[in-house]
Amino acid sequence: MMDGTDDSNLLNSPSTNNGATMEIASPTNPLATPPATGGAPAPSGATNGSGSATSPDSSSSAPATPAVLGENALHVEISDALSEKEKVKFTVHTRTTLPGFSKKDNNVVRQHEEFVWLHDRIEENDDYAGYIIPPCPPRPDFDASREKLQRLGEGEGNMTKEEFKKMKSELEAEYLATFKKTVAMHEVFLRRLASHPVFRVDQHLKVFLEYDQDLCAKPRKKMAIFGGFVKSLGKTTDEILLSATVRDVNDFFENELQFLTEYHGHLREAALRTEKMTQRHKDVGDSHQKISNALTQLSTTEKGNVETFVAKTAEIFERIKNLETRVASDQDLKLGDTLRYYQRDSDAAKALLIRRLRCLAAYEAANRNLEKARSKNKDVHAPLEVQEAETAQAEACEKFESMSACGKEELIGFRNRRVAAFKKSLVELSELEIKHAKTQYEYLRQSLLALKEIA
Amino acid sequence: MEVESPEHTRDFAEVDINNGAASGSEDEEEEVPAPGSVTLDRNESDLFVSALSPSSIGDIHPLQEVLTDDGDYFISIVVSDPQKIGDGMGSYLAYKVTTKTNIPKFKRSEFSTLRRFSDFLGIHDLLVGKYMRLGRIIPPAPSKNIIGSTKVKISPQQSEPGTPMTQEWVEIRRAALERFVHRTAQHPVLRVDLDFMNFLESDQELPRSVNTSALSGAGVIRLFNKVGETVNKITYKMDENDPWFDDKITEVESLDANLQKLHNAMKSLVTSRRELSLLTGLVAKSAAMLSTCEEHTGLSRALSNLADVEEKIELLRSEQANSDFFILAEFIKDYLGLFGAIKCIFHERVKAFQNWQYAQMQLSKRRENRGRFELANRADKLDQAQQEVDEWQGKVQRCQQQFDDISAEIKREMERFELTRVKDFKVNIIKYIEDQMAHQQQIVSYWEAFAPFAREIV
Repeated sequence: MMDGTDDSNLLNSPSTNNGATMEIASPTNPLATPPATGGAPAPSGATNGSGSATSPDSSSSAPATPAVLGENALHVEISDALSEKEKVKFTVHTRTTLPGFSKKDNNVVRQHEEFVWLHDRIEENDDYAGYIIPPCPPRPDFDASREKLQRLGEGEGNMTKEEFKKMKSELEAEYLATFKKTVAMHEVFLRRLASHPVFRVDQHLKVFLEYDQDLCAKPRKKMAIFGGFVKSLGKTTDEILLSATVRDVNDFFENELQFLTEYHGHLREAALRTEKMTQRHKDVGDSHQKISNALTQLSTTEKGNVETFVAKTAEIFERIKNLETRVASDQDLKLGDTLRYYQRDSDAAKALLIRRLRCLAAYEAANRNLEKARSKNKDVHAPLEVQEAETAQAEACEKFESMSACGKEELIGFRNRRVAAFKKSLVELSELEIKHAKTQYEYLRQSLLALKEIA
Repeated sequence: MEVESPEHTRDFAEVDINNGAASGSEDEEEEVPAPGSVTLDRNESDLFVSALSPSSIGDIHPLQEVLTDDGDYFISIVVSDPQKIGDGMGSYLAYKVTTKTNIPKFKRSEFSTLRRFSDFLGIHDLLVGKYMRLGRIIPPAPSKNIIGSTKVKISPQQSEPGTPMTQEWVEIRRAALERFVHRTAQHPVLRVDLDFMNFLESDQELPRSVNTSALSGAGVIRLFNKVGETVNKITYKMDENDPWFDDKITEVESLDANLQKLHNAMKSLVTSRRELSLLTGLVAKSAAMLSTCEEHTGLSRALSNLADVEEKIELLRSEQANSDFFILAEFIKDYLGLFGAIKCIFHERVKAFQNWQYAQMQLSKRRENRGRFELANRADKLDQAQQEVDEWQGKVQRCQQQFDDISAEIKREMERFELTRVKDFKVNIIKYIEDQMAHQQQIVSYWEAFAPFAREIV
């Protein structure tokens, strides 16, 4: 929580995955050839896509030069990532002066499933019940990009070579943007763990960062997924039952739970709507491209200065397309991603409150047991049963108290983190919106002069 | 680009018209043929009149006076104030048609009248009937839309059509009607046609045109397209001895096809932008909800301001969609209709050619007859045969004249059309870009107003 600002960096995809090697290699994929010519993605696509995806102002997230590490430092980053068929392989680079680590500088290769494994180990650890567990990064999802590439391959026949090339580099850029985002999400997860005073010394994290073999985190089978579903179903009914039966003694927590439940719902809806909006905004961009193509074609049937005029108009529409697409992806990056991340983080915070309620229920049960034992043994002097119940009650009480104390701090931390992250992304969003609109205005102004000259 | 008063930006079509009017003098130079060609026009019209439509002598003859004048004329027509007249299924929408002009043929320089949709279709049909055979491009009238008009009919309010949906529909139709009369009025011959002038000037209700419902605009356009297709086949069959027409037909075909694609792309832009506007509105709502829920005051205020910004942007997106629609899509759609009208006059020319060929065939038949009679020395029949030959010779001459005239007229019309088309295109694109510039400026101002709230979060 003290490192809240660091976590808010999630939107700045790490500029460290320089070598982000991309392979689009499904056998049916007609574009499977580019990796053969070189690991690096098409340079034009890269500049295009990354330009829009990671706006230039993301330098703050770069862990800078490998400066001298202070005492008890733990620095984690994803230095490289490789996409293969269904899997993405992340290279996790650790630099540390923590005593438990055998090497000060270490690299391991991890897959998404291993991140899930780490998250689950931490979540199930009872000692961490009082902490907000950093939300698990979402599954890499390249299906949409892949599907589009495939469709492009099918439609290769009905477009010109240039159109095909353009589309291809665009899709590659899109793929690269998604890829970078995925890497960023995974890195944020690790960074949050590494900056947390308790999680950073977790044994599983250490294993995750050091062990050079697969963490036997087999891809989840169908049964497991089904089990997870049943579990989550059980969890929600549990939640309802708990909040209905257990009366909270502390207003702070009761309010927080109410707030988080409502807040999470609004965040989810806002995230969904923002995603739809940016998606449609991209469609608006695509329509500009279509108009540009149609205009280019039209210019071939025109003559003289009209031909120049129409060709220039086509150029303008293509440029507007690029600008609008950039607006859309920056909205997605600044607003959409923040909403999505805090949708998950608020869920994690809510989970903490539920665990606390469960703990409270246990504490109350212990109290009742003690009462029962006392009334049953009120004539006996120093009965064993009462003693046992007393210890159990004392333990439950202590656990609940410490959990409450810890939880309160965590929730305040969550709040600070959230406010800082929203502030950062809203400021950046408005700056980018202004920048893009100004750029477009200026471009249109110049184009207008050029057009008037032709006309 | 002429200065646009900002209050007009609401209404693109109207602005368009004003624009045309503002650049009036420049306009006219292109609209009115040079005096030389006008005299030609008169001769050939006379010929046509004698050959084809003796009834329209009165209509066509006097207009030449106007055309031989110096051509410093302007005419601007605004279609406004759609109002519902009557009730239920018998009701209809009437529009105020206001004309400003300095053409002396009109009795006054500014006047207005009330016209209903079918009157517009009626005047279009009249013009088509009179001028299409002569090779003039008649701007197509907007299409009839039964679903839309029924909605307006059953909407409860008397004068102002209520729901936004029908309002939008009425506005689209109003703009289309305005563009139609504007285009017609830009044509040097059509604008001084007696029926057209009567349509603009008369206070009287026009006789209900009977055909309009059966021959709805959409039907006509469909018919045009069909005809256009057959034109192609026929023209290719006809031995074209004028390469200009061969080239023109190919050119028109490819322009038409390309514009069709462009129109589709523009329609998809309009659709996506409208949806974007809608979705932006939903994001605004979500931001507002989030803001009421948010416990941190600063963030809550920023979110509520974000909701405001997104709400404004929702409106802006819908304005952008309107520019997309009225300045680009509808404009291209009009031109697709005009290409349909062009195909029609090409078809008329083919028909004239066929008439001529037929007359020639008949003539040679009669000549053969005459020859046969001469050989047989049948003096009694010879006279009649000679008469027939003479008769057909006259017909051949007239038909050939008709064919030559329509060919010449088409060339002139196409020249005029090309000039207008190119100018229209440039004007519209420039107008569109200016619109977009204004929109971008608005976006800048919205976000600049928002930025402090984001920075103030503590």
